[in-house]
Amino acid sequence: MTTLLHEASLKRQTVFDLLFRNLTRLAAFSVLALLAAIIGSLIVGSMPAINAFGFGFLTSSEWNPVTDEYGALIPIVGTLVTSGIALLIAIPVSFGIAIFLTELSPRWLRRPLGIAVELLAGIPSIIYGMWGLFIFAPLFADHVEPWLNDHIGTWPLLGPFFSGPPMGIGMLTAGIILAIMVIPFIASVMRDVFDVVPTMLKESAYGLGATTWEVMWNVVLPYTKIGVVGGIMLGLGRALGETMAVTFVIGNAHELHKSLLMPGNSISSALANEFTEAVGDLYTSSLIELGLILFFITFVVLSLARLMLYRLSKGEGQGA
Amino acid sequence: MSKLNRLLSSIGLSAALLSAGAACAGDITGAGATFPYPIYAKWAETYKTQTNVGMNYQSIGSGGGIKQIKAKTVDFGASDAPLKIEELDFEGLTQFPTVIGGVVPVVNIEGVAPGQLKLTADTLSAIFMGKITKWNDPMIAADNAGVSLPDAAITVVHRSDGSGTTAIFTTYLSQVSLDWKRGVGSGSAVSWPVGTGGKGNEGVASYVQRIKNAIGYVEYAYAKQNKMSYAQMKNRDGKYVKPEADNFKAAAANAKWDADKGFYMMLTDQPGADSWPITGATFILMHKSQGKPENAKEALKFFDWAFSANGDKMAMDLDYVPLPENVTKMIRTAWAAKIKDSNGQVIWK
Repeated sequence: MTTLLHEASLKRQTVFDLLFRNLTRLAAFSVLALLAAIIGSLIVGSMPAINAFGFGFLTSSEWNPVTDEYGALIPIVGTLVTSGIALLIAIPVSFGIAIFLTELSPRWLRRPLGIAVELLAGIPSIIYGMWGLFIFAPLFADHVEPWLNDHIGTWPLLGPFFSGPPMGIGMLTAGIILAIMVIPFIASVMRDVFDVVPTMLKESAYGLGATTWEVMWNVVLPYTKIGVVGGIMLGLGRALGETMAVTFVIGNAHELHKSLLMPGNSISSALANEFTEAVGDLYTSSLIELGLILFFITFVVLSLARLMLYRLSKGEGQGA
Repeated sequence: MSKLNRLLSSIGLSAALLSAGAACAGDITGAGATFPYPIYAKWAETYKTQTNVGMNYQSIGSGGGIKQIKAKTVDFGASDAPLKIEELDFEGLTQFPTVIGGVVPVVNIEGVAPGQLKLTADTLSAIFMGKITKWNDPMIAADNAGVSLPDAAITVVHRSDGSGTTAIFTTYLSQVSLDWKRGVGSGSAVSWPVGTGGKGNEGVASYVQRIKNAIGYVEYAYAKQNKMSYAQMKNRDGKYVKPEADNFKAAAANAKWDADKGFYMMLTDQPGADSWPITGATFILMHKSQGKPENAKEALKFFDWAFSANGDKMAMDLDYVPLPENVTKMIRTAWAAKIKDSNGQVIWK
């Protein structure tokens, strides 16, 4: 009697197990199906624009809804430049935050600082946008941009990038706001991976007379590079796709300027601005093609990161 | 995180689209222009208390409204710019105006009081073309004796999103300036020669208030409620006028509406000593042949009620200008003549 019951429950468990396995598989494959559906609909949606403009779409700076001529150069440049500025600022700052939190900070300060960084990551992007437009931009226009104009603006090579009317909004402001937004992501990933470095490794290095910097650069960073690159990529992914905060401060002008103080446009903010009122097939289709391009850029960035990690792990143990 | 955000927002968007399609039975549904949203919402609220029939209006933008009515997901679409009669006929649609509003140039110039600056069609178009780049340009100074204009670079602010406000503004500039017509043209979004883009009326307003020596354009109601520094405009009759409800009404009074052309009418640059030159109406789109005549009838009843003295007062309270009575009469006649059910029976009697 007892054996029979046992067999029945065993059978039931096998069925449940099978069901569970298939459910998880379904969940995993639904992601693939969604991805394929999104790419598919983006490609179908952008066909009219692809047929009309071909590869010229990527290099044309024209964006004229009246004459129905569109090109993606300005939003592509805007997206890449603002994300580039963001990383340029965010990587060293995040590195500093992570080093301080894991190595140098007094123990009682670690938790509050760590929580502050995580809170920063939880703020909705529209708040960053509003803060950027109402608080940061006026301060930047009154105090920083005139200084940039007077000092760096006169340099021979770098000058043209930092001269222009001090409006407070533009590519540089967008880049700085993006940097503030991605710092918490990069910093908290860096902190987490720095934390898993075995104490023995670090202690040995300190024992050999290494400075804190040498320990970070030669021991901790090589040990954690995969995690660090992953954190940077997470930040870059957010910077590339960020919409609301950028829309508020980038100036939304389809113009190509050398100066970072002048307004520009990014792919996601062009979409956010223009999609609702886009009338006409070619206009809508060009906007969808912009979306496809952003998808492609993100894909390339993630692939490059994978490739870099692969190269890094292959070279492991061969260097000095 | 960013992927999650995007996923969540797309879920939110599809939920919004679903709810636009599936409003509760008996309610009138409409979608489109953002400019008349406050008055449509006000009308809907009052109408519901009086008749127990709700009106669910989604202000998704004129472009969206046109798409939704073409797809027949709503009882009426709303657009700030009228459709041409050819497009109306092609899609089997009919069109009528509801309220009138004005577009106002707003400025932020140190030492210049609200309404002190006087602009003409020539100076306004030259500023937005980037041909006049300083406030103390002789062209502007010639019209502004006694106003101390600074030797400062002008920052132009325009809408970054497509908008009926932009359509009215650029239509005016195309009418009065050949350079503008050839170089830029008119539409709800154009390729701006110079300037910075703000999202929505509030985006343009905050840029203008924040950037010194800026000029932009916003809806009248927005400029008035935020006490923005506006400019006077020289109208077709050569008179300088202020952006005020009476002057918008004057522009509308001289217009020759024609129901057979789908009331297609741009109220910009109208004759009359008091006419504000940058005036425009906002429009409703409906199908001529109605698959669900009872819904259409409810929608028409709603607008009939809105065109009453009561509805007019609500419009004026919100700084819109109601249509003159002869125009609403024409609209009602057009309803009876044009909108029919699938058997060809007249819906509005």
